[in-house]
Amino acid sequence: MAKKPTYFDEMFGHGTDARAPYADYCDWFLNEDTRRLLAKSEEAEALFRLIGVTFNVYGDPDATERLIPFDLVPRIIAAREWAKVAKGIEQRVRAINAFLHDIYHRQEIVRAGRLPAEMIARNDAFLPEMIGVTPPGDIYTHIVGTDLVRTGDDEFFVLEDNARTPSGVSYMLENRETMLHMFPELFSKIKVQSVNQYPRSLRKSLSGCAPDACSGRPTLAVLTPGIHNSAYYEHAFLADQMSAELVEGHDLRVVDGRVAMRTTRGYKPIDVLYRRVDDEYLDPLNFNPDSMLGVPGIMDVYRAGGITIANAPGTGIADDKAIYSYMPDIVEFYTGEKAILKNVPTHRCSEPEALKYVLDNLADLVVKEVHGSGGYGMLVGPAASKKEIADFRTKLEATPDNYIAQPTLALSTVPILTDAGLAPRHVDLRPFVLVSPDRIDITPGGLTRVALTEGSLVVNSSQGGGTKDTWILEE
Amino acid sequence: MLGKTAGGLFWMFRYLERAENTARMIDAGLRISLTRSSAAESEWTSILSSTGLSAAYKAAHGAPDGPKVIDFLLRDPNNPGSILTGIEAARMNARVVRTALTREVWEAVNECYMVLKRLLAQQIEDRDLPRVLQVIRQRSAFVRGALHGTMVRNDIFNFARIGTFYERADNTARILDQKYYILLPSVRLVGSPSDNVQWDTILRATSTTRAYQTLHDGDVDPKAIAQFLILDGRLPRSLAFCYSKIGDNLGYLEKEYGAHQPSHALVDSVCAKFKAHDMNAIFDYGLHEFITDFLRDSAALGRQIEIDYRFSE
Repeated sequence: MAKKPTYFDEMFGHGTDARAPYADYCDWFLNEDTRRLLAKSEEAEALFRLIGVTFNVYGDPDATERLIPFDLVPRIIAAREWAKVAKGIEQRVRAINAFLHDIYHRQEIVRAGRLPAEMIARNDAFLPEMIGVTPPGDIYTHIVGTDLVRTGDDEFFVLEDNARTPSGVSYMLENRETMLHMFPELFSKIKVQSVNQYPRSLRKSLSGCAPDACSGRPTLAVLTPGIHNSAYYEHAFLADQMSAELVEGHDLRVVDGRVAMRTTRGYKPIDVLYRRVDDEYLDPLNFNPDSMLGVPGIMDVYRAGGITIANAPGTGIADDKAIYSYMPDIVEFYTGEKAILKNVPTHRCSEPEALKYVLDNLADLVVKEVHGSGGYGMLVGPAASKKEIADFRTKLEATPDNYIAQPTLALSTVPILTDAGLAPRHVDLRPFVLVSPDRIDITPGGLTRVALTEGSLVVNSSQGGGTKDTWILEE
Repeated sequence: MLGKTAGGLFWMFRYLERAENTARMIDAGLRISLTRSSAAESEWTSILSSTGLSAAYKAAHGAPDGPKVIDFLLRDPNNPGSILTGIEAARMNARVVRTALTREVWEAVNECYMVLKRLLAQQIEDRDLPRVLQVIRQRSAFVRGALHGTMVRNDIFNFARIGTFYERADNTARILDQKYYILLPSVRLVGSPSDNVQWDTILRATSTTRAYQTLHDGDVDPKAIAQFLILDGRLPRSLAFCYSKIGDNLGYLEKEYGAHQPSHALVDSVCAKFKAHDMNAIFDYGLHEFITDFLRDSAALGRQIEIDYRFSE
């Protein structure tokens, strides 16, 4: 029997007294009736259902629209703690943009011997169509969601850099709205940094990257794969909040060298397209010819400077899990500083020595597909059965290049409200970062995802995870 | 505004209006089957015809039978014209045009869907039917109320209204198309009690019984009923009223967009017919022919609106 690990709890630390950031909240909580709070929980669920804050689960025909469970105990972070995290994120995002520019131009990092050439050349996430292309404002990743985990008082790790089309920001905003609606008294007692400026900042940030072809106030649009996409609610939400049109591929076509949307008055050119469609579906002429989701010829307009695509095509190379292991070098190479935020130690299974170590220690490691996402296709060693480990071993041995492995981190916990009162559950954090030519804007907080099953480390909404409101306290 | 959004609004409100009208027709059919069971089968046949669903029903169930027809019209997921699939389609369109709707309108249509889905999960027993039909009308009214109370009066609103009135006029015309023969002047001479019931059914299927009685001192007269449903500009379900509203809304669009569209000209020509003819002239021309012409014009108008405002490519 393995020794029961002790996790860092963000509310109580390793003890029983509330940590400083939670002191006021705990005072309030102790005077609350759990039954009233549980009733509030149901109220929140009905509210989410009515607003339609739902997501679709792929491959689950019975539940086309599901709610992400919302837990009403907030996750609270002190201003001092957050300041350091924010600084680290900013440094990392700056490095990622410089990295993307470099690998699609001179590839200095490869020439300098800091990154093996095959990491780029043999990587599916590298988009040859982007070689030599400089996007408007030289911004590649306009929107980034940096996944963080915490293991101690001052220990934050970056788990993943989501540099393609990070989702979840609508939950961050709706969670806050719901909390304000249900517990106004808490917000007058505890000063929490606001998040509701995000849509305005997004609009400003995207407008700041308008292409040369744009004259006057930039026209923005959000490109969605459609109402059956798992994040459709978010696409509609963001378009609505930014006063941008929500378009699908069949609303768009190339007219006179511009990408234009079919309006009731004819075709109108779009300056900035916030696309929530993957690269390969973006342009059937340049990428996947079977795609119905994209716009034929958009890449040609893009290369000619006729439209800004956010995020730029080809940014996936920066959040590739194999590249991830090089991030400390990448940060140092482009910023000249040591990385502020730590990387999780990562074993590249493509390397024979690392593979041997991983195969010998499968039961203790988390093994991920290099190109996977959403918690699919991964092995959580300590939580897996013998058979699951054996099956995974076969897959790993067959295609070791497809995998990386990491130690299981002792993820911090934050209590959730259960019928029996507070109970600790593991969490992660996805802050949202906006990048424009003149500034990097990080919304205080982000989306806290919580594994609702006791002991579980998988926080993905597709795998039974929930969310919490995230509070960054005022100074 | 995106052409797709305009189309989504138009169809969202068409589906809502259609579901509400189908509820009225079920109500009328139920009344007949309760009061005059011998006439029930032909009444259900006529209701299925006015909804355009006779063939689909026959293929699934054969001869019209009250409970089966009611279930088919209320909640059959395989019937594209059932109230439940209509509300589902309305909500689907609302999701597509969500950025054009206020939160209130979205929540009203989303709640309408959630309530009806739960309510119509099982076959409805006769004794529960009046209450269920009431909920359908009420939920539909909530959406209309939210639309009127919270939406800015711009092109978004105009397309929503055009969808409503287009569908409503179409429904009224289809009911008249099924019942025209009992409104002919010759019938009045017959004056059998059966005709009285038929007249009552027309009024009930359009929810206009009370309005008719108020305006006509309770005197049930087929010519006056025809006049009421076709030409009376005071009745919100009459053809003349609906088309004048469609014309108004196309006019607002013309002002906002600065272009006179062929669909507007089509509506003007239909409205001109209503102005130029009284009921005697329509009877002289032939009531059935008049309604048939109207349905043909209506179909042409639907196609033209779709082209003029670029609903699709």
